[in-house]
Amino acid sequence: MTNASSAPAGTPVLVPLAYRVVARRHETADVTTLRLSPVADAVAPGRPGQFNMLSAFGVGEAAISLSAAPDATGEVQHTIRDVGPVSHALCTSAPGDLVGVRGPFGTDWGVDDLGYGDTVVVAGGIGLAPLAGAIDVLAERRRYGGGRVFVAVGARNPDQVMLRAELGRWLAAGVRVRVTVDAAPAGFTGGVGLVTQLLPGLGFDPARTTALVCGPEVMIRFSVRALVDLGVPPGAVRVSLERNMQCGTALCGHCQLGPLLLCRDGPVVTWNDELATLLTENER
Amino acid sequence: MIQTLPELIAAHPLFAGLPGDVAELVAGCARTVAFGPGRLIFSEGERAETLYLLRRGRVALEVRRPGKAPLMVETLSAGALLGWSWLLPPYRWHLDARALGTVLAVAIDADCLRAKADKDPEFGYRLLQRMSAVIVDRLQATRFRLLDLYGAVAP
Ligand SMILES: Cc1cc2nc3c(=O)[nH]c(=O)nc-3n(C[C@H](O)[C@H](O)[C@H](O)COP(=O)(O)OP(=O)(O)OC[C@H]3O[C@@H](n4cnc5c(N)ncnc54)[C@H](O)[C@@H]3O)c2cc1C
Ligand code: FES
Repeated sequence: MTNASSAPAGTPVLVPLAYRVVARRHETADVTTLRLSPVADAVAPGRPGQFNMLSAFGVGEAAISLSAAPDATGEVQHTIRDVGPVSHALCTSAPGDLVGVRGPFGTDWGVDDLGYGDTVVVAGGIGLAPLAGAIDVLAERRRYGGGRVFVAVGARNPDQVMLRAELGRWLAAGVRVRVTVDAAPAGFTGGVGLVTQLLPGLGFDPARTTALVCGPEVMIRFSVRALVDLGVPPGAVRVSLERNMQCGTALCGHCQLGPLLLCRDGPVVTWNDELATLLTENER
Repeated sequence: MIQTLPELIAAHPLFAGLPGDVAELVAGCARTVAFGPGRLIFSEGERAETLYLLRRGRVALEVRRPGKAPLMVETLSAGALLGWSWLLPPYRWHLDARALGTVLAVAIDADCLRAKADKDPEFGYRLLQRMSAVIVDRLQATRFRLLDLYGAVAP
């Protein structure tokens, strides 16, 4: 995993740069993917797992992960669930609208050192968005003989399954993709059950597996436990943890989790016992 | 390669790792079965008289809803066991089970299995231990699903 990586010197990390919405895709009733193109100056290209602070002008700012690996266009892609004022303004912005972008912030999934052994990706709900860029890179590598990639996706119901275009593309690249939902009307072709129940049947070799996990924290905990029970070493599990972010630059302390400032030391961190304790204590 | 019934039973996670005579004992109550896509394997309210060990394909557990399509509450794949209502009176299925493609399974006659468990308590204890592990697993997964894990506002 790549260590703390705030925006490079020279990038104005506290001042948003103007970006224009160039494409919008409705993923589900409350999730939208935006592609944003710089009006003039661009932020540095981010790595999968990192996030930008997106501002809806006149409303506020929110931390939103990159949902695609950087490409030659200089555009950034974000997938956003409408949960409050900022995310609502972003989700309802139309092509041509302006959005502020500053970043990229935080640690990334470290895909550069993956792709030779097995990689297992476990995503719950909107947690698939921060993982999508990493899966893109791994899927591309898989196409050219890279290591095996397994993706387990959990969603509340079939209508909540997002990034369907990406899921299809990853399947076509040889990634083993499995989707499971909490309940579904008869006729649904995916699985029904908890995302952790997909893991034993995926067919990865636990001893040579690196796992990337993102979703609500309770789901992260259950998933890590299931992976470790199957024999994946805890140190080979990377999770993305999220707290309320304000500055994104390790100045304000809003994102503190024990000894970590998650905007700098996270969001992607390697699993360890201390983290397990912090996450359970935090939720008492 | 064609496998014998005891081999199929010994290879299934429910019985894997148990002494060889267990698979032989269970095979006395078992036969192989196949269900075509969409076939109802059992139906809510019917007498539960079979334990299925899934070997291939997937099965949906469904709840009927008046005036609406049934709701799938769980899907089971190869290696799973299907059906535990035969374990305790009144021996009635609580749900429908439907094949989601071609399903191959070992079907074990429940009267026969219970009779063997009654006669050989050590075997009965082992069987119950293995069954309980599966039931507890599914209970935990069901509890976690009650939390509406993915519906939470943020990742
Ligand atoms: C590093 C990071 C990456 C993120 N990536 C994405 C992403 O890719 N897509 C996406 O849709 N969202 C993402 N989020 C979450 C997003 O930043 C929040 O949902 C944000 O608060 C939305 O702002 P808002 O004004 O719309 O809603 P708010 O008014 O801020 O929040 C609405 C509700 O959500 C709750 N809430 C807010 N943030 C969190 C949180 N982190 N955990 C639990 N509950 C919370 C609030 O308590 C409130 O009830 C990310 C968060 C972090 C920290
Ligand atoms: S968001 Fe301000 S310190 Fe991390």
